Amino acid sequence: MTRLSGWGRFPVAACKTRRARSEADVAAALDTPLIARGNGRAYGDAALNPDPTLDMRGTDRMISFEAGTGVLVAEAGVLLADVIAAFLPRGWFPMVTPGTKFVTLGGAIAADVHGKNHHRDGSFRRCLDWIEVMGPEGEVTRTRPGDDLFDWTCGGMGLTGVILRAQLRLAPVATGWIEQEVRAAPTLDAAMDEMEMTLDRPYSVAWLDCLASGRDLGRSLIMLGRHADLSDLPAGKRAAPFATPDKTTRRLPFDLPPALLNSATLGTLNAAYYARGRRKTCKHLVDWDSYFYPLDTILDWNRGYGKRGFVQFQCVLPMETAREGMRALLKRISASGQGSFLSVLKRMGPAEGRFSFPMEGYTLALDFPATDRALDLMKRLDDIMTAFGGRQYLAKDARMEKRVLDASDPRAKAFAEMRAQQGLTGRFTSLQSERLGL
Amino acid sequence: MSGAEKGAVLILGAASDIARATARAYAAHGHPIQLAARNVDRLSADKADLETRSAVTVTLHELDALDTASHKGFVDGLPELPHIAVSAIGVLGDQGDNASDPDKATAIFRANFEGPASLFLVLANAMEARGSGTLIGISSVAGDRGRASNYIYGSAKAGFTAYLSGLRNRLAKKGVHVVTVLPGFVATAMTEGMDLNPRLTAQPEEVAQAILNAGEKRRDVVYVRGIWRLIMAVIRSIPEGIFKKTSI
Repeated sequence: MTRLSGWGRFPVAACKTRRARSEADVAAALDTPLIARGNGRAYGDAALNPDPTLDMRGTDRMISFEAGTGVLVAEAGVLLADVIAAFLPRGWFPMVTPGTKFVTLGGAIAADVHGKNHHRDGSFRRCLDWIEVMGPEGEVTRTRPGDDLFDWTCGGMGLTGVILRAQLRLAPVATGWIEQEVRAAPTLDAAMDEMEMTLDRPYSVAWLDCLASGRDLGRSLIMLGRHADLSDLPAGKRAAPFATPDKTTRRLPFDLPPALLNSATLGTLNAAYYARGRRKTCKHLVDWDSYFYPLDTILDWNRGYGKRGFVQFQCVLPMETAREGMRALLKRISASGQGSFLSVLKRMGPAEGRFSFPMEGYTLALDFPATDRALDLMKRLDDIMTAFGGRQYLAKDARMEKRVLDASDPRAKAFAEMRAQQGLTGRFTSLQSERLGL
Repeated sequence: MSGAEKGAVLILGAASDIARATARAYAAHGHPIQLAARNVDRLSADKADLETRSAVTVTLHELDALDTASHKGFVDGLPELPHIAVSAIGVLGDQGDNASDPDKATAIFRANFEGPASLFLVLANAMEARGSGTLIGISSVAGDRGRASNYIYGSAKAGFTAYLSGLRNRLAKKGVHVVTVLPGFVATAMTEGMDLNPRLTAQPEEVAQAILNAGEKRRDVVYVRGIWRLIMAVIRSIPEGIFKKTSI
């Protein structure tokens, strides 16, 4: 038994892990109910199962790559970081990437992750040609966009079977650099107006000061970006367009004391960050790693919240209610005085699939220390989110109640019925699926 | 050195988790890779993986580490004498079985000492004749002092450690460098299910990086996690009269 948790380190559960190194290992593990786990980057209990949790990092072989088309076939345990290391020097980058490169392909598929280009390019499913999934009897099915199994598996949190392999298309890029433009928006309305006006930009995301209140409520820095062309680089960098500075990674070696994070320190940090960003609003070049994965340079940054861990709250609200709903959420948070290190607002493109998180509208992501007070605040946020027709991202969830999921996401019922019909219930199971009755 | 000029790296016992991570690390630096193992065809997926990730040439070579008579032919049959050879050959077994069954004990002695030593003997002679090369042997901290809990495996590794030390001494002036790698606990198939302290347990990728660095910097004896150097110094320093009554 190991004490296992998601990236938020809350909750922690005693789990027996088994490592799969081959398809045969996966088949051999099917005699008891299990959940497959990638690199443990889901925040809550999505990849926790007491006996066993099937560790898929041992199945991390790349199978083939077509240099002409950027089509990669790989096993589910391969990390996006491996994909970038192998193919960025040859001019290819993932079409869709979340905010960390330390996710496995299997995890990215199971959560149907999205990135800063969701408003234009959709979620991870869009780059997939096919996936192979092992069902409860050990049968392997290759499934493609348009198939039921494909549709339920993308966003299905590993509950439709074990994802073994995938064929994905990478996007051609001319350099390893991003041309970034930062725009300051003094209010929530201004931020959303700005994002509506910049829908043609490939990448767009806003960092939001969730402690600002009154007329500053929702003040944001909007970060727009696109892959730089060769001609965008200064002459000195054109000879080696994929050579970007090696990041010195740091590791948080111990848990920070909880007292370090309070509304005063966070308020100061957030205000300083906003002020700094506002002064730097011109276009500039940023290397891919700093642009897409700023937090990856601090390994184990999740220890910043101390031993008790932290919880993410990420929901999406539909276009019709997004402005009013976001204002209500932010007011509630600001009034509570419980800030978040990192609050992210993003315009999402149209919904796809039967159980994937995104829908056209705005998504807000916040993290809180896993204290009673914050957990209580999140219950209030659940109610606001539900009232405005929103839903939550299961990859971040660690604590939502079943009644909230049922009230906010009617698709959950259909998902659970499909699972029962296909004989998947009780075969692929996680603490999250138990909690939410999926 | 440009990628094309990098010397080949031979991985002996290429099916293990440490071996796979080591092959990846060398391939990522542009070295052609020779993978050697028993039933080597099962490594065709690993060959494809290395070639896909790193666009280097990878060849597969059938090897029976226990068939010492075949070792000369094995080395002669490689496409080229490697620049670097890494031995990841090793079998842990179960100490209870090993200590009660002479056949099992002998199998552990042979797999952890005789086989790798014989292969390095042939490779050392060829590298000495050429006047260059690096031999990297993965031994074990279990060889630093015999303990009741693992002395069958540990004594074989002690033999291998002493062998590497002697080989290093012999070849020091011949242009051939010998590295002894002592990984400590590693999270691999070999240790799966054991309750290991995470602070003392390295990941295979960490061992691979240590191997790469040790070869490059021509280190002699490397503990992958520094804390093991300290732990084993303490364990070695306990007087035998006291040590024999402990259960470490």
